[in-house]
Amino acid sequence: MKPLVSVEHFSKSYGEIRAVRDLSFSVRRGELFGLIGPDGAGKTTTMRTLVTLLRPDEGTVTVDGMDVRKQLKAIRAITGYMPQRFSLYPDLSVEQNLRFFAELFSVPRNELTDRMQRLYRFSRLEEFSTRLAGRLSGGMKQKLALSCTLIHDPVLLVLDEPTTGVDPVSRSEFWEILRELREQGVTIVVSTPYMDEAMKCDRIVIMHSGVALAHGTPGELINSMRLPMYALDERDLVMNFSRIEAASGVRSVQSFGDSLHITTDEDIDEDRLSAALEQTLDRPVRLRRIAPSLEDVFIALIEQGTEHAE
Amino acid sequence: MRRRLMAIIRKEFIHIFRDWRTLLIIILMPILMIVLYGYAITLDMRNIVFGVIDDARTPDSRALVDAFAENGFFRTLPRDVRRNEMESLFMRRDVHMVLVIPEDFSADLTQNRSAVVQLIIDASDSNVGTFVGNYAEQVLGIYNQRMNHAVPALFEIAPRIFYNPDMNSTNFFVPGLVALILMLISALLTSIAITREKETGTMEQILVSPVHAREIVLGKVLPYVLLGLVNAALILLSAWILFDVPVRGSLALLGLLSLVYVFVALSFGLMISTVARTQLIAMFGTLMATILPTIMLSGFIFPIASMPELLRWIANVLPATYFLIIIRAIMLKGVGSAELWPQALILSGIGTLLLTAATRRFRMRLE
Repeated sequence: MKPLVSVEHFSKSYGEIRAVRDLSFSVRRGELFGLIGPDGAGKTTTMRTLVTLLRPDEGTVTVDGMDVRKQLKAIRAITGYMPQRFSLYPDLSVEQNLRFFAELFSVPRNELTDRMQRLYRFSRLEEFSTRLAGRLSGGMKQKLALSCTLIHDPVLLVLDEPTTGVDPVSRSEFWEILRELREQGVTIVVSTPYMDEAMKCDRIVIMHSGVALAHGTPGELINSMRLPMYALDERDLVMNFSRIEAASGVRSVQSFGDSLHITTDEDIDEDRLSAALEQTLDRPVRLRRIAPSLEDVFIALIEQGTEHAE
Repeated sequence: MRRRLMAIIRKEFIHIFRDWRTLLIIILMPILMIVLYGYAITLDMRNIVFGVIDDARTPDSRALVDAFAENGFFRTLPRDVRRNEMESLFMRRDVHMVLVIPEDFSADLTQNRSAVVQLIIDASDSNVGTFVGNYAEQVLGIYNQRMNHAVPALFEIAPRIFYNPDMNSTNFFVPGLVALILMLISALLTSIAITREKETGTMEQILVSPVHAREIVLGKVLPYVLLGLVNAALILLSAWILFDVPVRGSLALLGLLSLVYVFVALSFGLMISTVARTQLIAMFGTLMATILPTIMLSGFIFPIASMPELLRWIANVLPATYFLIIIRAIMLKGVGSAELWPQALILSGIGTLLLTAATRRFRMRLE
């Protein structure tokens, strides 16, 4: 089966700024797909292009076989898009917002009540139906925005950082809803800077400064990092950071809370590393071999990426 | 098509009525403006205070002073003025004019020599000075005729002033104000309505629906047409109540053509919103593009016929120029549709052009 979304060699610039360079990925039907990366990675540009709000400078972007350059209306009819910023009408009530978008998407009138009931059920917004959208809490706003993008039963859902600025409880609730939607067969493309959310995606593409660094399932990406990794519980982290970094065999050091994660060159084993560190720090150290997290992979990829760029 | 359009119109009405403060401003501002302008912009002068230095002190000289005092425009300083205090009277702005009647005034009159009186006029405001001079000349003319019936005039000019017999400048200005206020408010309404959606990001959300540019544009214009009409009615009503400005022609025709004019102004606002990114820019742009040209170039105050050619060209593309002809004709002359169709046609043309241009310029993408 052909993928629902296909992005091939997509590039986009704003004047001098090259927002996305030569990006390629595809999203299969029914998949929960993540665009992962920090601010300025090009996630929003990519998503706006998917929903036909921007025109690609180079490359081909298609949704359900339709070109985003040409078939605006047809793509817009089957797509639901939630911009990063809350973009509903704050002076309209919850129900008025829902009805407005239902009308814009020509939802059949006899189905409207049914659909609204269904959306109310998962968003639990029914008791707030007469409340003005501007007076909702952050989490409720996001759920209303999601409901509005779902009102026309889209085939593809594009969500730009839906959980940024939302409290942790609402965040996990929101992802619960996304998983339910995926069960129902909706294809979802979601962007996030959070690695724990990236782990919940079926497949991801990791982006940085407009370039795709890697793609695959989160598991694949973690396994692809074959470099050994050790945790060092070190109290004087800041003071010794650069000395540890300079120790022989050490490839990179990252601080994670109370500990440092050290990646080493491939030919270095645990004993040699601890020997090197003991020599550098002039005292015994306790190393733990650990499996890298997605965040480690991400940081390693970015470092590799910048090395390549240089 | 119709469903999406109706949805946008309905939503726009919710915005309008939920934001009652703005609504109140939209409704009260024109009335406030008409009160302010109506009282402030007046070219009439009344109560011109003048002092008298009467060296003649005869019944003739007193008759001359009375001729001034009786017509309602002049008021005598209730005492005689001495020569040496004249300057300080002008300085303190106690008088606008001093009338000096020489000692041999009556003697000259009776001996059929031409009698000379002197008028000293404060022209520090040249406009006021001119008015005072003109009025005084007329008064003197009347007095001359009265005293000199012995000499028959060679011919007599008997002017009759039509349509505004009192030369009341409120009657002249109120139609202009209607044109100005309708243009300003209507253009502001639409230019802000669209840029607000751009600024708050809601435009991005609407655009990803299968909506058409013409649905968004029309959906923004139609609700405000109604608001503009309400405005027009309020302005005319307050002009009638406060200043007795008449509507001699058909109210229905005036309403219909005001509708056309409001439509032009709203489309103009839309045009601005396709260029402006923020509400602030839209607001300043609209203010600049409507107030000055409408006041200076549309014939509101200065006659177009006396403008240099370049400005006449600009005047000829201003919607207000045509609406002013229409509204003055209907209100003051009672003219009907038979005479006004060319202006109505031109206005509709400008409106259609602007709306089409705004729709075509409307970006269905974010770039």
